[in-house]
Amino acid sequence: MGLFDRLKKRLTHTRSVLSDGISSIFRGGRAMDQALLDELEELLYTSDLGPLATDLVATLTRMHKRGELKGEGDVRGALRSRLLEKLGDQRPLPEMNQSPHVLLVVGVNGSGKTTSIAKLAHRFKLEGKSVLVGACDTFRAAAADQLQIWAERSGVEIVRQGEGADPAAVAFDAVSAGIARGSDVIILDTAGRLHTQKNLMSELEKIQRVVRKCLPEAPHSVWLVLDGTNGQNAIQQAKLFTETVDVSGLIVAKLDGTARGGAVFSITEAVGLPVFFIGTGETMEDLERFEPEAFVDAILATTLESA
Amino acid sequence: MFETLTNRLSSAFSSLRGSKELTSDNIEEGLSAVREALLEADVHFKVARELTDKVRARVLGNEQVKGVDPSQQFVHAVNLELIELMGPEDSALNVAKSGPTVILMAGLQGAGKTTTCGKLGKYLREKHKRQPLLVAADIKRPAAVEQLRVLGKQLDLPVFFEEGLSPPEVCAAGVAYAKAKGYDVVILDTAGRLHVDDELMSEVADIAKRTKPHNQILVVDGMTGQDAVRSAGVFHERLQLTGVILTKTDGDARGGAVVSLKAVTGCPVLFVGTGEKPEDLDAFSPERMAGRILGMGDVVGLVERAQESISEEEAEATYNKMVMGSFTLEDMFAQLRMIRKMGSMKKLLGMMPGMSGLADAANIDESVFDRQQALYDSMTPKERLHPDVIDVSRRRRIARGAGQEMGAVNELLKGFRGMQKMMKQMGKMGMGAKMGAKQKRAALEGMGGSGAGLGGGGLGGMLGGAGDLLGGLFGGKGGGEAPSMEDLQSMMPGGSRPMGSSSTRESALKKKEKARKKRKQSKKRR
Ligand SMILES: Nc1nc2c(ncn2[C@@H]2O[C@H](COP(=O)(O)OP(=O)(O)OP(=O)(O)O)[C@@H](O)[C@H]2O)c(=O)[nH]1
Ligand SMILES: Nc1nc2c(ncn2[C@@H]2O[C@H](COP(=O)(O)OP(=O)(O)OP(=O)(O)O)[C@@H](O)[C@H]2O)c(=O)[nH]1
Ligand SMILES: [Mg+2]
Ligand SMILES: [Mg+2]
Repeated sequence: MGLFDRLKKRLTHTRSVLSDGISSIFRGGRAMDQALLDELEELLYTSDLGPLATDLVATLTRMHKRGELKGEGDVRGALRSRLLEKLGDQRPLPEMNQSPHVLLVVGVNGSGKTTSIAKLAHRFKLEGKSVLVGACDTFRAAAADQLQIWAERSGVEIVRQGEGADPAAVAFDAVSAGIARGSDVIILDTAGRLHTQKNLMSELEKIQRVVRKCLPEAPHSVWLVLDGTNGQNAIQQAKLFTETVDVSGLIVAKLDGTARGGAVFSITEAVGLPVFFIGTGETMEDLERFEPEAFVDAILATTLESA
Repeated sequence: MFETLTNRLSSAFSSLRGSKELTSDNIEEGLSAVREALLEADVHFKVARELTDKVRARVLGNEQVKGVDPSQQFVHAVNLELIELMGPEDSALNVAKSGPTVILMAGLQGAGKTTTCGKLGKYLREKHKRQPLLVAADIKRPAAVEQLRVLGKQLDLPVFFEEGLSPPEVCAAGVAYAKAKGYDVVILDTAGRLHVDDELMSEVADIAKRTKPHNQILVVDGMTGQDAVRSAGVFHERLQLTGVILTKTDGDARGGAVVSLKAVTGCPVLFVGTGEKPEDLDAFSPERMAGRILGMGDVVGLVERAQESISEEEAEATYNKMVMGSFTLEDMFAQLRMIRKMGSMKKLLGMMPGMSGLADAANIDESVFDRQQALYDSMTPKERLHPDVIDVSRRRRIARGAGQEMGAVNELLKGFRGMQKMMKQMGKMGMGAKMGAKQKRAALEGMGGSGAGLGGGGLGGMLGGAGDLLGGLFGGKGGGEAPSMEDLQSMMPGGSRPMGSSSTRESALKKKEKARKKRKQSKKRR
């Protein structure tokens, strides 16, 4: 399926869900009352918005009491603008005009780092950049093999060492090689680590430090990959990774299912990180620019037929 | 941001405190605290609502025992509801009557299936003397087969794979191979898939159809949010799930998704993954999980870990020392080493009631222990056995020998004295002195019950000891001031275990609960 077809499919999917979301609450011309507000709260909660859901509904309740909410349109409008406020405008991607641009990718286990790197490499390649990936996950079984297969598929270069090698040494190697070969972008894949693991977190610090020895202004970007199916724990992840390394942006993977990744709102608020991309599948093409409006609409469209 | 239920309830209950009974009016505040905490722990919205309704019914219904502190009753009720929903404890896999036992592992992408296949294989071989075969049926994710192969090699477990076959074919061939070669367990590692991906869901259903697995296990990421209900629901529809494994519980996620999973699938939670290494697989304990979701620490886990890493003799020897009251510095360090063997201090603290906060807040510096060890190493044998001889000049020498300040020696000795005092009392009473009489009995029986071979007092002493040492380490509080054990003990998950304390009113409540639970379980079995 081509890119256009996929987009169209996704959009129609979204639209059909949309009519089931808020609209279903209002079906049959229901009037605004407490029961309806409760249902709205549930809708928001099931998108992983967490305590923010309660805040939003409190706002709606206040507006309702003041007679500002006449019906579905008003509610949708109010929620939409509130949520969009939380996300802010779409933030531009970092300029990558300095060569090489070193991008360090971090995140908890299995969140989608390696696959997202494959997608990014593919994207940068299509933009005409020369890309080199570094396999700094020397811990997980066959992690470097996984990255290598992706590198071959998208035709980018890879620097790897044996299993158990020092991740910082691989990072150093990769950046040196990238400089020598004149790469435009160097993407470093790291092993998954839980944000609570101090020793593994300091390993990341070390990678950052060692990379700087090679290229003082590197890493130019550090992106945190979040699993979109994660709940409130994603907020902790964002906080603790940000404390350790200079995270500059987020990728939210696995948003092609029914999970909505609502924790992103709290994350943007708490740590002020922009979401650059979302992952919408397992192939190299399944990476899309994060668009606040589309994201919010997806949340508001979440169906209620859960449980 | 992440307020634990314990915190929430204590503020909610401050309004309850003083009132003698729970009424429909005064419990609402407590209930909404519970609901909020459940939601923050990622329990699904609807499940959280049902749970709070049940708690309401329980505290208002005839389960209520007159005269028992309402806030305690409340915590008790929440804890019980959670345990009841997640239980019973059951990590038994179905075993084939003849031929190999087939275990199908399924789940969303990145949940931890492949890693858990390795863990399960190792577990079955070591704990159940089985000969497992791993089958690599993920031909989609790059290097997925290689990943399983590497794990197999690390663990010395055979891995089956055949190029050119579809996943259902590989699995069928794997089972046939196991039959031919005499492997008695086959673990099928399938690709990660989304529940909305019809094609792939049909594929996994096809695998199940062809291999007729005795165990169909859903592997779920412990950090999963509200969507767990939807994805698990579909997996349950398309497969006949027999169990769930919750992974990545070694972080700080509260893991409320497991409550939703249980509610949706009704399947027992078999194991929890507690790390990336092959040995990081624990049996699931509803009590422990309830404590975790409610932010009350993991006492049971601590007990189990202690059992595993400390030999009976070691424990016995310490216990005897305690009872005899001849506790020396040498013993204290022997204990400290035992405690450290159980795992990193931070992990341990996280499991102790009331200390999980401490583990988070105090950036525990494991090197503190190394520094204490250095002081100990700088002592003469005589000083270790007879700490009384350590005067000022000896203190100075010990400090210099360890390259530390004399204050450090004083701290250490202060901690030791506190511990020694406690040991003496324990010798008299057989248990941790800082617990009240009621809790003492409870803890003794509770821990003794699950701690085969390990004297209940021994472990209690060690925990108490750890508390003492820690007291010394964190701001020099020293002896017997470990975070209010008394309060927490009454709230800890273990509090609901059959403890058979004497005929207090509280135990009447517990007995009733126990009887009810039994009835319920026997009902379920039928
Ligand atoms: N459906 C879907 N699956 C994804 C997406 N991104 C990654 N995955 C899948 O998620 C699983 C884990 O992805 P990886 O890229 O290996 O994750 P990781 O963070 O590198 O994992 P570790 O290195 O083990 O910590 C794989 O099966 C991927 O195919 C996505 O956007 N959508
Ligand atoms: N911290 C921690 N990490 C775990 C645990 N279980 C698995 N992991 C890690 O999670 C990541 C994903 O694990 P995999 O076993 O590859 O997951 P999977 O479900 O097979 O992934 P796909 O095949 O891509 O769907 C790896 O980095 C594992 O090391 C656990 O209990 N704790
Ligand atoms: Mg990876
Ligand atoms: Mg796998």
